[in-house]
Amino acid sequence: MSDFLMLSLVPMLIASIIASTCALLGNFLVLRRQSLIGDAISHVALPGIVASFLITGTLAATAMMVGAGVAALITVAMIALIKHLGRVESSAAMGVAFTAIFALGVLMLEWHGASGVHLDVEHALYGSLESLIWFEGHDWGALLDRQALADLPPQLPRVAWVGLLVAGFVTVAWRPLVVGSFDPEFAASVRAHPTLVDLLLVAMVAITAIAAFEAVGSIIVIAMFICPAAAARLMTNRLSAQLIWSQVFALLSAILGYVLSGYGPGWLGFEASLSAAGMIASVAGLILLLACLFGPQRRHHDASGEPSLMPER
Amino acid sequence: MKPPAIHDPAILESPLAIQGLTVSYGQNPVVYSVDFVTPPGSLTAIVGPNGAGKSTLLKAALGIVRRLSGEVLVYGKPYAQQSQRIAYVPQRNSVDWDFPATVLDVVTMGLFRQLRWWQFTRRKHRDTALACLARVGMESFADRQIGQLSGGQQQRVFLARALAQQADLTILDEPFAGVDAATEKAIVEVLKSLRQQGKTLLCVHHDLTTVRDYFDHVLLVNVRRVAAGPVDEAFTESALQQAYGGRLGALQLERIVSVNSTPGA
Repeated sequence: MSDFLMLSLVPMLIASIIASTCALLGNFLVLRRQSLIGDAISHVALPGIVASFLITGTLAATAMMVGAGVAALITVAMIALIKHLGRVESSAAMGVAFTAIFALGVLMLEWHGASGVHLDVEHALYGSLESLIWFEGHDWGALLDRQALADLPPQLPRVAWVGLLVAGFVTVAWRPLVVGSFDPEFAASVRAHPTLVDLLLVAMVAITAIAAFEAVGSIIVIAMFICPAAAARLMTNRLSAQLIWSQVFALLSAILGYVLSGYGPGWLGFEASLSAAGMIASVAGLILLLACLFGPQRRHHDASGEPSLMPER
Repeated sequence: MKPPAIHDPAILESPLAIQGLTVSYGQNPVVYSVDFVTPPGSLTAIVGPNGAGKSTLLKAALGIVRRLSGEVLVYGKPYAQQSQRIAYVPQRNSVDWDFPATVLDVVTMGLFRQLRWWQFTRRKHRDTALACLARVGMESFADRQIGQLSGGQQQRVFLARALAQQADLTILDEPFAGVDAATEKAIVEVLKSLRQQGKTLLCVHHDLTTVRDYFDHVLLVNVRRVAAGPVDEAFTESALQQAYGGRLGALQLERIVSVNSTPGA
């Protein structure tokens, strides 16, 4: 059991917090048909981190966060600019902006790679959940031991703060978020500031993606922004219920995915473990698949926008 | 026509006074220097061919679309200070009806200005929303998912949301587009009852044959303002010809403006 505390508790907590935070925001991304934003921002974190390393010469967490944050802001500005100047739809603007910046990041990575310094690309993709070990977590008493708690990996409080921030944002801005997601023109007419709320939502996505990036890598972030929320949408026609379903699916993916990656191969008789991030994302995808097949609200309207179930007049 | 001065009492009392409004997408102006002073207590149709900039004119007036130039006053003040006096009903197909919301949820959005961002709706808000639904004959649909409604029912829900706003001026973008006859009749009745209460209504309208029956004022536009005023004065054959650029047949025109030829109508 001490094994669990030392090796598994922290990664599971971090994965759960990140999954739940991403899924919370994901509900709005899915409803606004902006799912690509999470994807874009997770990609952009890489060049941001490389740039911050090239400038500061350290891989300190704060410098990385600032670098990724600046890159995210630049990308958001670029998307807005391309949308405005090029008059293209937002997904096209996003696709252009984040591939361009990601490509720039790859070039920068090669350049500094040539200078003989090591920065892990794999880490950026798959994260390093398994390495977040709590060395002082020998027994349950450690949970009450101030000194042992101080030894917790710093990623845990970091993602916890981000989770609280996002939960606070969704609570405070609930009504403008909902109105702006459903009917932006009406939202503008009642001065619900849809543009500002939109920007704040993207900023929250960016903060979450960056905090998650370091702990769990970008794959899991992309999966968690979309899968739980999309699956939840198929379970209910009520937004509040959808939020709850998305949280259930997110936590289920995080915990089940982590357990399966660590112990699954052992149960099958293999002496290995799989990437936790990869397994969590796979479980999330599987849940979405099941929801697509069996979700009670999976009957959607056809492309013409006409309802498929015509009620009586 | 010379634009009236800003201290003109007609402008200060108007629910929506537009002066020199210009909007352009790229190089081409969509709305060019339009002046229109909405008469208080009127039921006004905005009429013009497809692509004449009718919807854009309204969206620009409300600040939803950026305007290149022009001044918009709501009861003599900028829109930002008076937005609670205006209810806007966008085109029905501008939103995603697959959104996870009930009919009541959508109508309650009309109470947005009455609540803080994070406030929950209470019993009295629910009752207000239900009363608004009853006015459009949709109270029995309160708990339905909005995606399960027909087009006409969706339009009535939008109208109920505007009623919940209790505005002095209601602006509707094509409220009769793609709705059934029963809904059209129900909407017209609500609009006329609002006018009776002294409210003002401004409505983008497509069907030229019903302009005379439904509206008392009209604004004819085709990028520029073509004509405006009481229906009897402004809704003439020559104005229609000018707005539609000869796209209307002689027979059509005769049917549309026939009442006009009878003196004293």
